[in-house]
Amino acid sequence: MPVNSILGVFAKSPIKPLQEHIDKVHQCASILVPFFDATASGDWSGAAEIRQQINVTEREADSLKREIRLTLPGGLFMPVERTDLLELLTQQDKIANKAKDISGRILGRELLIPEAIQEPFKAYLQRCLDAVTQAKQAINELDDLLETGFRGREVDLVAKMIVELDKIEEDTDDLQISIRRQLFAIENDLNPIDVMFLYKIIEWVGDLADLAERVGSRLELMLARV
Amino acid sequence: MVDVLVTNGPMLIAIAAAFGFLMAWGIGANDVANAMGTSVGSNAITIKQAIIIAMIFEFAGAYLAGGEVTSTIRKGIIDSAYFVDSPELLVYGMISALLAAGIWLIVASALGWPVSTTHSIIGAIVGFAAVGVGTEAVEWGKVGGIVGSWVVTPAISGFIAFMIFQSVQKLIFDTDNPLENAKRYVPFYMALAGFMMSLVTITKGLKHIGLHFSTAEAYGLAAVIALIVGFIGIFAIKRLKMNPGAGRQNQFDNVEKVFAILMVLTACCMAFAHGSNDVANAIGPLAAVVSVVHSGGEISSKAPLVWWILPLGAVGIVMGLAIFGKRVMQTIGKNITHLTPSRGFAAELAAASTVVIASGTGLPISTTQTLVGAVLGVGMARGIAAINIGVVRNIVVSWVVTLPAGAGLSIMFFFMIKGIFN
Repeated sequence: MPVNSILGVFAKSPIKPLQEHIDKVHQCASILVPFFDATASGDWSGAAEIRQQINVTEREADSLKREIRLTLPGGLFMPVERTDLLELLTQQDKIANKAKDISGRILGRELLIPEAIQEPFKAYLQRCLDAVTQAKQAINELDDLLETGFRGREVDLVAKMIVELDKIEEDTDDLQISIRRQLFAIENDLNPIDVMFLYKIIEWVGDLADLAERVGSRLELMLARV
Repeated sequence: MVDVLVTNGPMLIAIAAAFGFLMAWGIGANDVANAMGTSVGSNAITIKQAIIIAMIFEFAGAYLAGGEVTSTIRKGIIDSAYFVDSPELLVYGMISALLAAGIWLIVASALGWPVSTTHSIIGAIVGFAAVGVGTEAVEWGKVGGIVGSWVVTPAISGFIAFMIFQSVQKLIFDTDNPLENAKRYVPFYMALAGFMMSLVTITKGLKHIGLHFSTAEAYGLAAVIALIVGFIGIFAIKRLKMNPGAGRQNQFDNVEKVFAILMVLTACCMAFAHGSNDVANAIGPLAAVVSVVHSGGEISSKAPLVWWILPLGAVGIVMGLAIFGKRVMQTIGKNITHLTPSRGFAAELAAASTVVIASGTGLPISTTQTLVGAVLGVGMARGIAAINIGVVRNIVVSWVVTLPAGAGLSIMFFFMIKGIFN
């Protein structure tokens, strides 16, 4: 017996799935650390396995993304703009795609990070992933934001988190400049084509932080409109 | 013509009582989902608890405070002066109205439309009066008022919900220590709910069991009950087991636990308000039939309710609840919506208060409408993650469709019954 109930007016909340998505994306990007460790030790078959994990996680993020898009039809009345939510989702998803690109390129060319810049590169990657972590934490405040009706202290708290995210991104820019310099100093001893790709990889890793920052600014825009 | 009433009087009363009971049964089976759904949806109470609360408080509401709206249904919508020469028409009409509304409810439920029981009975009464007697027999002003209430009731309810929710945000959520503030302020909300409920009971309901209070006494008594409820609240909150941990997220989880206690109370209020408001839909027409038959065809506007009518309606609602309610609730349970107690409470308290306020004006309002308005009000205060506007539109459409549908069915039955008895 169908029920004539008004409960149908409550649509599925997009907030929890959105948080699940950023968690998945963060997990995907984090796998880059063991991946680069494997390549540094010359274990290419291990690296290929880890790359497989990145692929699987990226696919999971994709299907979460699709699910959210399908549960956000028009005609929903939400505390935030639907377009903002979808835009945020798109930005989040780009992080996972970027991680997949980086690992794919490294594996495809069996590209080794030169011994001389191994350490700074690791620190650089870690800092870029910190930006992703910070973005994840900001997004995970969404349910608390809903709890407080997108107002007051909670909004200030998230604004602070986004400022912090911007700072981390600036850090990664500085690190990127110094790592390029170090690569420039040793590039004559390396295979030219590899060097070109190394610059590319450094740029892409930096993009992880850029994209994370963009997630932050999307969130900021979403809250500013409220 | 009046001798029809004398010869067939008991028979007519029996038929009306049977249909009235059926209607009450339908109201119980149907509306329990609307009255209790938000409480179950926010996991404040289990389905079993919801059914038990609904049974107790729907009965109490129907029996203790259901008398007031009944008189509107009985004599407010149609001008009884037009029936003085042929009172049997009023009897036939009311019986057909009951049958029509009952059938419309069943059809709508089968199609899954959230119709309003109030509107189906009003449509049915307007239908037989306009066609069977003449359009001038209908108090069109009253009908206009009902149509106006489509806008006014949700608006009032939405406004109250918005205010309640905003106050909760200001006092509790947007503070340095939400949990402490929740413990401090939630008992006040509980007292407010208790005050509302006891006030309507005392002022509207206790006449027929022979208790009369002056206004001052009524307010005083309600205040005393409110205090008691508040203290019970403090005690219940003290007994709560909180998640340890200082994180803000944990804090909010604990705050919601405190609100869950409040939600139990607003669920009681909602069931009470629903019982008091909607029982009239079933027993109003029945009361009209009984008074006409008993007075031998004299239509008096001051006829008191016969003692067995209110309990009949109350029992009917509870039976519907007990037999069908469980299934209805389980259907809801399957697609439960994520709703936190702090939201659900604001919506329920607002809806219940609106029903209480409006039943004081004697306008027959729809519980469904107050609830939809309240949900939208909380949504406007940015408290609900997503509201499906398409569903809201369908609900509004079903309100509009219900009036002519009820009217059409009741016209049909009216001529049938008239043909049988004349």
